[in-house]
Amino acid sequence: MAITVDVNGRPLNVNSPPDTPLLWVLRDELGLTGTKYGCGIAQCGACTVLADGQPIRSCQMPISALGAAKITTIEGLGGSHPLQQAWVRLDVPQCGYCQSGQIMSACALLAQNPHPDDAAITGAMDGNICRCGAYQRIRAAIKEAAATPTPTAAPAATPTA
Amino acid sequence: MNKPFKDIAVSASRRDVLVVGATVAGGSLLVGCSLPGALSAGSKVEVGAFGPFLKFAPDETVTVISKHIEFGQGNHAGLAAIAAEELDADWSKVKVEQAAANAKLYGNVNMGGTQGTGGSSAIANSWTQLRTAGAAARAMFVSAAAAKWGVPASEITVSNGVIAHPSGKQAGFGELVSDAAKVAPPEAPTLKDPKTFTLIGSDRVRRKDAQAKSDGAARYTQDVQLPDMLIAMVAHAPKFGAKVKSFDATDARKVAGVVAIHQIPTGVAVVANSTWAARQGRDALKVTWDESKAETRGSNQLLQEFKDLASGKAAAPDDKKKGWKGFDSKGDAAKASAGTAAVEVTYDFPYLAHATMEPMNCVAMVGKGPTKLVFGSQTPTLDQINTAGIVFALPGSIEIETLFAGGSFGRRANFQSDYVTECVHIAKKVGKGRPVKLVWTREDDMRAGYYRPMVHHAVRVTTDAEGYPATWRHRVVTQSIMKGAPPGSPGGGGIDATAIEGALGSPYLKATPIVDAQLITPDVGVPVLWWRSVGATHTAYVMEHTIDQLARKAGKDPVEYRRALYEKAGAGRRLAVLNLAAEKAGWTTPVAKGWTRGVAVHESFGSVVAQVVEVKLENGTPKVGRVVTAIDCGTAISPDQIAAQMEGGSCYGLSAALFGKVTLTDGVVDQQNFDTYRVLRNSEAPNVETYILPSSAPPSGVGEPGTPVIGPAVANALLAITGQPTLSQPFVEA
Repeated sequence: MAITVDVNGRPLNVNSPPDTPLLWVLRDELGLTGTKYGCGIAQCGACTVLADGQPIRSCQMPISALGAAKITTIEGLGGSHPLQQAWVRLDVPQCGYCQSGQIMSACALLAQNPHPDDAAITGAMDGNICRCGAYQRIRAAIKEAAATPTPTAAPAATPTA
Repeated sequence: MNKPFKDIAVSASRRDVLVVGATVAGGSLLVGCSLPGALSAGSKVEVGAFGPFLKFAPDETVTVISKHIEFGQGNHAGLAAIAAEELDADWSKVKVEQAAANAKLYGNVNMGGTQGTGGSSAIANSWTQLRTAGAAARAMFVSAAAAKWGVPASEITVSNGVIAHPSGKQAGFGELVSDAAKVAPPEAPTLKDPKTFTLIGSDRVRRKDAQAKSDGAARYTQDVQLPDMLIAMVAHAPKFGAKVKSFDATDARKVAGVVAIHQIPTGVAVVANSTWAARQGRDALKVTWDESKAETRGSNQLLQEFKDLASGKAAAPDDKKKGWKGFDSKGDAAKASAGTAAVEVTYDFPYLAHATMEPMNCVAMVGKGPTKLVFGSQTPTLDQINTAGIVFALPGSIEIETLFAGGSFGRRANFQSDYVTECVHIAKKVGKGRPVKLVWTREDDMRAGYYRPMVHHAVRVTTDAEGYPATWRHRVVTQSIMKGAPPGSPGGGGIDATAIEGALGSPYLKATPIVDAQLITPDVGVPVLWWRSVGATHTAYVMEHTIDQLARKAGKDPVEYRRALYEKAGAGRRLAVLNLAAEKAGWTTPVAKGWTRGVAVHESFGSVVAQVVEVKLENGTPKVGRVVTAIDCGTAISPDQIAAQMEGGSCYGLSAALFGKVTLTDGVVDQQNFDTYRVLRNSEAPNVETYILPSSAPPSGVGEPGTPVIGPAVANALLAITGQPTLSQPFVEA
């Protein structure tokens, strides 16, 4: 039984059982391994992806519950998204394992709040654990990306995706 | 192999008995291994004309081969910079490649020639090696250019990857690589005068992996996908030391995608064709455990036993090996137990999980050709040795492809290679060389042991007329990480130095006329291991918090009090670092309203770190704001990555001090995941400023020394706020 999942702008047929969490479909079946497993219970944020622009924990999201939601993973940001550029400029990653999830959470934050203050940043990012403790640079990189004119902070004329 | 490359590769081979002296995640360790010729071969490595650490390509890229794993600590950037500096390479063209498992070529100079990463030693042990490699290769390129252009070598300059002659002739490394490869390397290449360094110590030394770690491309063990690969998960015993008695796999076999069930020494493995199927199959297993040899004590009971030993309520075994062992003794010990104590306190530290973001995992292929492992191997030589015993092969024949690892903090290096051997057992059952990826869930990882040991300290200090320590009685009770280490290991007399390092060698004890310090290491069936900064995780806290209590009692400023003791002990590096931190923090100036400062200083892995923290209580919970860090780590290779390690190390240490705790009830670990094992989150993470003391000494560690200082600094701020010492960790009950 195939389910269609819209990932990074492409509708894809997947064959995993319907109760399979999106995380494992992305990783095992679609080969999109940028999204990480960290806890399996929506506590660490390593598996964060966007569903219609909202951050979700893909480890807790069965594919059967996705409906028509459009999923964006780290691979969908293209590699030179302003957040990714800021991440590289500030040498944010250490071990790097949590960073896909961090960036996706930050991406959702900036889409809703293009110029977040400290409280808004930590409020949006507290669900993403980094055991290397790159938190300070994560905050700085979000601020730096927010100061860059970005395609996500879309001009009013651009239709929303 | 050409000289000098022959000399710079560590010769660990051709020893009939290999004695591995290693410093893995810190504390010194000795492993005696009887391995006839075991490491005479490693994975096949084609060593080129420029030795095992450097490759040059016609497209002008320079590849530095790292013998050390990168799991966050930034060593790949630092190692590359050391070689690039001597080469005068163009930093933007420098790449890093992970070395194969081959102790002969890639042994750690600080680990007796075994290949491994730990003890904050990557940069320190590679310093001379990579400088030599870079300088030798540079000389070969200069000779090649001189011959090709018919000019004296002395007139040739190399700068930013360009080899040039005043006549206007110039070329890149890539252009000249085939000529340079034919030049005999110099016997003793001339190293640069550090004063002429242009890359080392500059802000240009940045991570080489930041892009791949920001776009999802970086490859970790969890991401390995190979043709025909199977996924395995294991049902583990709920108590340490329990074994499988029997199991019923009926329901597990019904899960679509489950391929096989295998009993292995550590439990029952479910092998499936997807991670989710393996998980469901594993959870459907019914296993009965034989707990006759299991550890069944709870952590409360264990702590009480530790306390009773320290207080003398329980007698220690009258046995040289199992009883009390003195690790520092000066003057008349009886006096340390007499008189009126200025401070008499005990400290309790719980077990701690490393809780790396990537749970332990491994890929193994057994049964067709050489056994091959693909994973984030922290100690390839140990992993080869432990694997070899299972597949009946020589350790050197075990091939390991080392990937990035999602953190370690010590966890991935242990004498048993626990999760590696588990994977190898399963892959052996599967056979035919079919790749098997062992995946541990967070729960598997958190309950698997190899924790920072639980520790109890009892400290009693009397003071002289000026309020400085006159006698110091110290008792440490903890499990031995190095249990079974042969006599002669550092610390002497078979004492486990990892349990006391930091108290042992403390300038405060040096400045005290009478010292009676002893250690006892009871046997407990909970596996324990080094955890980022090892002994310092508790000794730094005990020493630094005790000092602040003494200073307070003496009515002296904590910074002034330390200065006096450092001067007495001749601890010049500590004094310099303390002064730098105090100056940058404005110690003598008023702090922002509502905040209180605390200070602590500690030396570990050859580096000294001082921190001044600003703390306030919010609803009774400590909130840490500004953290000023000063470090003396010798020559600074990458100031950016040193700062990153101070920031990250502070978070790791603060996480443990505030929240970290693994407990056991009747032998069963209570914590399973991040909902019950609380860790520091973004809103709780301080802003850390890092100041590096200028130094021309060889580089020392930075991965661990930033971890143990923040806990006592925060406790000292709390002492200033409340007047009360904080005598157990964590500070905040979950």
